[in-house]
Amino acid sequence: MYHKRGLWAIKAKNGGAFPKHEKKAVAAAPAEKPPKFYPADDVKKPLVNKRKARPTKLRASITPGTVLIILAGRFKGKRVVFLKQLTSGLLLVTGPFKINGVPLRRVNQSYVIATSTKVDISGVNVKKFDDKYFGKKVEKKKKKGEGEFFEAEKEEKNTLPQEKKDDQKSVDAALTQCIEAVPDLKSYLGARFSLKAGMKPHELVF
Amino acid sequence: MPFKRYVEVGRVALVNYGKDYGKLVVIVDVIDQNRALVDAPDMVRGQMNFKRLTLTDIKIEIKRVPNKKTLIAALEAGDVKNKWENSSWGRKLIVQKKRASLNDFDRFKIMLAKIKKAGVVRQELAKLKKETA
Repeated sequence: MYHKRGLWAIKAKNGGAFPKHEKKAVAAAPAEKPPKFYPADDVKKPLVNKRKARPTKLRASITPGTVLIILAGRFKGKRVVFLKQLTSGLLLVTGPFKINGVPLRRVNQSYVIATSTKVDISGVNVKKFDDKYFGKKVEKKKKKGEGEFFEAEKEEKNTLPQEKKDDQKSVDAALTQCIEAVPDLKSYLGARFSLKAGMKPHELVF
Repeated sequence: MPFKRYVEVGRVALVNYGKDYGKLVVIVDVIDQNRALVDAPDMVRGQMNFKRLTLTDIKIEIKRVPNKKTLIAALEAGDVKNKWENSSWGRKLIVQKKRASLNDFDRFKIMLAKIKKAGVVRQELAKLKKETA
């Protein structure tokens, strides 16, 4: 085994002895006092977990500007433009709203078919959108009132804040220009996808 | 009733099963009752069972087992590619391939084109009907 591993050659190259690394100087650890108190029962420590949560791996077919087909939810069948992946792993997507009624929205990658049609998305700034933007608004706790209180709360919830409407408009403005440059793309995005007779999903190229 | 497409040296055939599915190959020699030696410009010459081949109408002039260079020259001389692509069989296969490779967006555009064409046809038909009525 000595000869097979070529240890003789390594020794010869190093002049007769095996090459050694110097041991790193270990800083003298401060003397620990024995603990004054030992707990009565041995408590098991949980194992060390160094795993970090990462956003879901994005399919190679999904790049910014891809047209996606949403498969579930109230917008099922809608063809929609992909903007970016958020840190939670969900995909940020927009209709554009004027074209097919899909607002800036988060969508899960598993409920989406990626087509090979791409839209130029370089003119759109999506830096300000993250998961917090889409989170539910935390409301201050109100004491349980009756009658008038309940009605007042309900009315406030229904309207979209103007800020979100403006965001939608600004994102869509740049996008819609690029979409109108391609013939038929606007009506394509406005139409819903459905399986017709004779279409075999496993044979279709998207 | 009599056979028109014969297995012979120089017969062009379409592979209908296996790794080379869909390729046009030339029968270059007959090995035995079931197998032929088959060659094409982009494949290594090898044996193939006749059951994996469908004979076409095209035939080229070659001697038994030519070398690759001669084979390619003979294919050019026989104009096999153009004859195949202009034949109805060849055209059908090309259309099938095109349809299978269509994008979702392409399918949408085709749908719009079909509707438009049907509209134009219906208009013309209505005109003709009015004339004869």
